[in-house]
Amino acid sequence: MTQLALVIDLNVCVGCQACVTSCKEWNTSGSAGPMVDQNPYGADPTGTFFNRVQTFEVGEFPNTETVHFPKSCLHCEDPPCVPVCPTGASYKRKEDGIVLVDYDKCIGCKYCSWACPYGARELDEQQQVMKKCTLCVDRIYDMTMDADDRKPSCVKACPTSARLFGDIHDPQSAVSIAIREGGGYALMPEWGTHPANHYLPRRKTRITIHEDELERADNPLKVDRQLPRPAMSEPTLDDVTTW
Amino acid sequence: MHPAFSVIFLTTLIGAAQGLFLALFTAQSYAAFKLLPQPDAHAFYGQGSLLALLLLVAGLVASFFHLGHPERAWRTATKWRTSWLSREVIVLPAFMGVVFLYGLAHWLDWHPVLMTLPGGLPVDPSAILGVAGTLLAFALFVCTAMIYACLKFLAEWHSPLTVVNYILLGGASGFTLAAAFAAATAPELVGFLAGWAAIITVLGLLSRGASLVRNARLKPKSTLQTAIGIKHPKIAQKTQGFMGGSFNTREFFHGQPVAVLRGVKWFFLLAVFPLPLLLLLSGMQGGIGLLVAAFVVQYAGLLAERWYFFAQANHPQNLYYQSIA
Repeated sequence: MTQLALVIDLNVCVGCQACVTSCKEWNTSGSAGPMVDQNPYGADPTGTFFNRVQTFEVGEFPNTETVHFPKSCLHCEDPPCVPVCPTGASYKRKEDGIVLVDYDKCIGCKYCSWACPYGARELDEQQQVMKKCTLCVDRIYDMTMDADDRKPSCVKACPTSARLFGDIHDPQSAVSIAIREGGGYALMPEWGTHPANHYLPRRKTRITIHEDELERADNPLKVDRQLPRPAMSEPTLDDVTTW
Repeated sequence: MHPAFSVIFLTTLIGAAQGLFLALFTAQSYAAFKLLPQPDAHAFYGQGSLLALLLLVAGLVASFFHLGHPERAWRTATKWRTSWLSREVIVLPAFMGVVFLYGLAHWLDWHPVLMTLPGGLPVDPSAILGVAGTLLAFALFVCTAMIYACLKFLAEWHSPLTVVNYILLGGASGFTLAAAFAAATAPELVGFLAGWAAIITVLGLLSRGASLVRNARLKPKSTLQTAIGIKHPKIAQKTQGFMGGSFNTREFFHGQPVAVLRGVKWFFLLAVFPLPLLLLLSGMQGGIGLLVAAFVVQYAGLLAERWYFFAQANHPQNLYYQSIA
């Protein structure tokens, strides 16, 4: 069984919105029809997006951290939006686990959006059907593209490689290793939806240095206690001779 | 959630229609056992069924305004194995068909004795249609309510009380309507129907009150911490990624101040329960004006009740849309 998914590294995301615009650009040009905007140049612009980058501030000044948080459909392994669909327009593909909407069957009742705790689905105001991230299903299998290009367009666009794409059911895939070794986690695990997309946490690089590591215990000037114990600021033998 | 008037009208109109049909057949059953006088079948059962059917059609028409593609509505009957919405779409027309046939049987005086019960009670087609309609009416209540009650993310809805409320509030408005209708067509049944309307209204107050108490004590399961997966007590959203609105900000927020919510709650608590009760009890002797007023007040209250039902539900996706910039 294959389960394609994105792994998003919050440690690397800089919130540049490149994934947002490249997603919109690719998916609005596809055969499924445009992702239409209303009032794009007006005071209150709105439109359909599959992917957004949000920003959160964690902590209290001055100990704060800014976290940029890309958000799109998580392609749950147990998607709550699928069984509630009355027409079968929402479905999860057996072959690769992508959750898709058949725009020709969707009646625009919005019920699936109520059943998604993540708010991943949006009704297209012009086409009046439910839309969401497709993991660029029209890209990743396109054999006319170079193998390197057969990735979701958000992944291709990310300048910091914060987005990884692959099969999380293959234990040797880059995404599985990233989740396993980088502490990958799922959003709102309390609902049992088992999101396929995972997030990698913010990480700090720290070295622990103990007191005795600052002072050479085997310094020959000190070991036999023949000479007065030099002060910490004094040069050690290492500093004055090449032996 | 943003209350949609299409759904508010759908659920309240068909609820009243189901209650009205249940009232008609309850009266017929009592009359069959000689517990009530036999009313004018043409006027009471025939026209009463027509009234129920009109309410059902009005509800169905309202529901189409909720759809982006009403012309594809026929497709909704396909996923009845998993979707309560699909089940509702199947049960509603089935119920409409039975109400139509039930009314027709009475209208045409079609009462051939199909069989006789042990007590010597004759069974005619209207009795069989009435039993079928009763089962379908309850099935429809369950389907409609389960559309909301099955969504575990919406804790305010995810409770058996939702189903009980839909049954009792629909039943109360239907029996109140039946009492008002009987005042015009079958005065001998007014006391019986108004009495039951009052009883169901009191039961409805108990169950709706219980759900209000329950919802006031709910603690959200999802927090900003689980939403973005960062373990820190202080997290504040700085931007949701856009400055204009989106589907997420339109569909899941009612956008009204707390005072409006509280006002609507107290309005429906008055208009659905005590006011119709007073009017029902004072109209029990056949005061048609009072009984019609009881239904109108209760129905208006139910519109507010349904609005509040939607507005009160707090969707976990709202955690992601707390701040614009």
